[in-house]
This record gives sequence, structure tokens and C-alpha cells, in this order.
Amino acid sequence: MTRLPKHSTSMVVWLLLLTLPFWMSAIGGYTALGSRVVVLALAAMSLNFLLGFTGVLSFGHAAYFGLGVYGVGLTLKYLLPNTLVGIAVGVLAGTIAAAVVGALIVRLRGVYFAMVTIAFGQVFYFIAYRWNTVTGGDDGLSGWRRVPIELGVTRLDILGNDKAFYYLVLFCFAGAVTAMAGLLASPFGRTLLAIRENERRARFLGIPVDQHIWLSWVTSCMFVSLAGALYALLNNFADPHDLRWDQSGDFVIMAVLGGMRAFWGPLIGAAIFVVLQDYVSSQTENWMSFIGLFFILVVLFFPRGVLGILRRKSAS
Amino acid sequence: MSLLRVEHVTKSFSGLVAVSDVSMEVEEGELRAVIGPNGAGKTTFFNLISGFLRPSSGRIVFDGSDITQLLPARRVWRGIARTFQVTEVFPELTVRENLRIAVEVASGYRLRPWLSRHSAGKVECRVGELFEMSGLGPRADRRVGELSHGDQRATEIMMSLALNPRLLLLDEPTAGMGDQETYDITQLIRKLHKEQRVSIVLIEHDMRVIFHLADRIMVLAEGKMLAEGTPDQIAASEAVQTAYLGRAA
Ligand SMILES: Nc1ncnc2c1ncn2[C@@H]1O[C@H](COP(=O)(O)OP(=O)(O)OP(=O)(O)O)[C@@H](O)[C@H]1O
Ligand SMILES: [Mg+2]
Repeated sequence: MTRLPKHSTSMVVWLLLLTLPFWMSAIGGYTALGSRVVVLALAAMSLNFLLGFTGVLSFGHAAYFGLGVYGVGLTLKYLLPNTLVGIAVGVLAGTIAAAVVGALIVRLRGVYFAMVTIAFGQVFYFIAYRWNTVTGGDDGLSGWRRVPIELGVTRLDILGNDKAFYYLVLFCFAGAVTAMAGLLASPFGRTLLAIRENERRARFLGIPVDQHIWLSWVTSCMFVSLAGALYALLNNFADPHDLRWDQSGDFVIMAVLGGMRAFWGPLIGAAIFVVLQDYVSSQTENWMSFIGLFFILVVLFFPRGVLGILRRKSAS
Repeated sequence: MSLLRVEHVTKSFSGLVAVSDVSMEVEEGELRAVIGPNGAGKTTFFNLISGFLRPSSGRIVFDGSDITQLLPARRVWRGIARTFQVTEVFPELTVRENLRIAVEVASGYRLRPWLSRHSAGKVECRVGELFEMSGLGPRADRRVGELSHGDQRATEIMMSLALNPRLLLLDEPTAGMGDQETYDITQLIRKLHKEQRVSIVLIEHDMRVIFHLADRIMVLAEGKMLAEGTPDQIAASEAVQTAYLGRAA
């Protein structure tokens, strides 16, 4: 079913996100953990624009996430100490790369498409990994930090104040997510649902399917590179693993875990993923096997994801 | 000038000749039936006209211009819409959403990231008309996948009609239906043909439907055109009796 955000669910989500820094510590978390959830949720929701709402599987989204990461890192380190310019460069880099790669692969379908997205993703990973002198190679790109934002009259101290940074992240998240929800409720968005539902029917309604998939892909990658840019700022660090295939896999896991047919599903998935990672990794090295086990259980027993099962419970 | 002119088209699949040197002309406003035994090449013939397949040789002219090489979507834009032998709809979406998508595409809104209230109103109005014509209104907000076979067929036909086609290709619209559903769909097709003045080519096995609807009939057998004529001529034709009607009876 097409699950665009229902009003009441959305209200609850926004209320929780807006107040997060004030209750996070009460449940044993901390604000930066909240920022991490929101950033990765943005990445997973962006992927899901393509996966859940266009029906196209990508295993290479980390490439564009990573371009966002390095776009910010390289800009702040070498070019100019301005956070907003860094974000813009990161998003632009990811979007342009996606536009070019997308044009090359948009004719492929299903598993073939997914495989080629991995292949292209690995190309970007190896560039970051090998080009030591600029990217820092395997050690990552350090020696830079996010810079407080001057807003004319006032100054947003996103470096010294975790809450200020959280709200910057939430502001970007809100813009991106609202744009995606708006698109999905538009005629263009409905053509994507049509393609997901039945590509043949879509084509014989006069929809040039490849063109629409390309647009969906570029939109999805643009928002995932915004998530990457914010992720770099969160860590004050660019890690080559951020653009490797297993990072792409994490995004897919978050989307499927939370429920890829539900608009907010990937947000839930990201929250579970990040929190499990945070708690379990302090107990055992093998936190990934916990995620893996949890993932398998969800896929086997709740194919519509965590939010899917919650919805069904509340409906019956 | 005829609306559709198919000139000597042939389609072979690695050795198997599914359609062999078939020609056909359809006039504006005509309702033509294509009949023939299983595997005669009827669906393949539709696939060639709608652009799902390219002919191995021959030419297809629509409204005066050669469309033989055009992609499916472009043929739709020129006014050729089709349904499929196995129903093709958007099963997880509601009937309303199915129709709305078709109407929006037909209105040229497919790339719009938003819609003015005025445009949205026009779309809704057109969707309402389609509900009125088809009688699907009471099931507007049900998912198409949950509907009866007949209603799914009707939804697919109305989606195709939403495109304002000049030529509508219907591949066995009554396949797998009971008597009542067959009757309803036949009435719907008749109404669309009369009221919307759309030219229709339909593949059909049910002789009652054909004699009720068709102006002319073309008979295919083993990829070749066997006969063409009015329903009475076809019923009287000996060649058709032996090749098709005889075998079916
Ligand atoms: N894509 C294809 N590749 C190979 N062979 C095909 C293909 N499509 C159809 N054929 C073959 O071409 C012949 C004609 O098939 P077609 O589907 O056009 O028949 P039909 O007249 O529609 O039959 P039916 O009444 O069963 O629907 C059959 O022998 C079929 O197996
Ligand atoms: Mg057939």
C-alpha cells in the first residue's frame, strides 16, 4: 500500500525529534547519538525514496553518501572554513556523480542494477582509499572541524554546542524529508509508485520509465549526499569506510528493518540500528551479528518491517 | 485516410514465424475484432502495433506517419493505448490512484512536482467522469488487487481510456470471466466505442461478444491472415470454419 505520512504519525515523529535533546539523556543517551540517528535516518529515507517508492534496489548509495562526507571534509580542510559551503560542495559532488552514473546504468533492472551500483560504489571507495595525499587514504581525512555558522546578527555555535548542531541537522532533515514527502504526493511521485507497481503498465500509459527512474535515483542520491555531509560534520572526520559497500548495506538494512513501504519506516530502522550499535558494541565486539540476527527475524516474521507490524496492530 | 495501416508485417522468434506478412487497415471509429486459435499470433500482432516488439519486416503507419520504430511511450502519446491479455494494473494502489495516474500522464503532468488547485481539480473531475462511465465508483478507494477479475479488467480498460486514445487495443478483455462479467464488459466496450468515438481493435475468443460488437473481423491462423470481412461473411466462410470455428466447436 502507499503509505504516505499520516497526519498523526507525522505529528508524533516531529514532536519527538524536536524535543529529543531534552529527553535523550533521561533514557541514557546523549545528544550526539540523537544527531547520529537523524543523519542516518535521512540517509535511509533517501535510499527508500528509490527502494520503497520506486521499486529500484541500490547497493551503492554509500558512494554518494561518501561523496557528501569527503565534499565537506576536503572543503573545510583545504578550501575554506565555512560549514554551509562545505555542505553545498558535498551535496553537489554527490548529485553530479549520481547524475552521470545514473545515466549509464538506468537501463538495467533488478539485481543487475544493484550489482552495478555496488561496482560503481567501489570505484569511489578505491579512489578515497588510494589517493593518500589528498584524502588521507585508509587513515581517513582528519585535521579539520566543523565551523560555527555566522548568521549576521547571531552565531550558531555548532562546534561547541551539541544541541545547536543537533538542530542544524534536524533543520536539514526536515527540509529534505518534507521535499520527499511532497514529491511522493505529486504527479511525478505517483509515476514512481506506478513504476514500482507495474513497470509494463507504466510504460504503456506513456511514462518514459528510464527517465523517471533516473530522476528518482538522482533525487535519492542528492539527499543521501546531504546526509553524508552532515555525517562528516558530526564526526569531524571523513572515513573511507563511509563510502564502502557495507555502508550501503547498512542503509538497506535500516530501510527494510523499519519498513520500506512506510514513509517513516527507515527512521525507525535507523534508530534501532544506531541504538543497538551503541549499546551492544559496548558489551561485545560482535554487535553486527546481533543486528544481523535481528534483521533476519524481522525479515522472516515481519516482512513489512517494524513500523509495518505496529501499523497492523493498531489497525486491527 | 485510415487511422491505422499495418503493411506486410512479419515477426519471427528465432525460427518461429509468429506473424507472417499480415496487413490490416482500421478506419476512424471502427470496431475491429481479431480472432484465431491459440498461438495464432494475435497477441504478437498487438505487440507490434503497440511497440512492445519491433517487426522483423513491414511497416506500421498511424494517422499518416510511420511509427514502426517508435518506443511504446511515444506511440501512447500519439494516441495508441492497450490492455494486456493478463491484466496489468497497479495492484497495491486504489482504483482512484490507478485512474488518477493515467489522467495525470494524459494531461502532461507526469513530471510535475506539485499541482495547482485548478489542475488538481481538473484531474479529479476527469477521474470522476471515468468512474461514472465504468460504474467503478463504489469501489474507488479499494486496492485494485483486492477487486474481482472483472473489475480489475474494467480498471485497466478505463486507465487506457483515460489516455484519450484514438485507437484502443484490447487483448481478450473477457478472458476468464463468467457470463455476467462478460456481459458487463461487453456493454462497457460498446458504450466507450459509441460515446467516446474511439476506434477499437479487440482480440476475442467469445463469439457472442464478437458478433455483438464488431464491424469487421480479421482471422489469423498460424501467423497468417486467413480471412477478413463482416461477422456474417466470416461466419459463412468455409476456410474459417475448418481452420478455427470448426476446431473450436
Ligand atoms: N516473446 C516471444 N518469444 C518467443 N516466442 C514467442 C514470443 N511471443 C510469442 N511467441 C510465440 O509466437 C506464437 C504466437 O503467440 P501469440 O501469443 O501471439 O498467440 P495468440 O494468438 O495471442 O495466442 P492465445 O490465443 O493463446 O493468446 C506462439 O507460438 C508463441 O509461443
Ligand atoms: Mg494472446
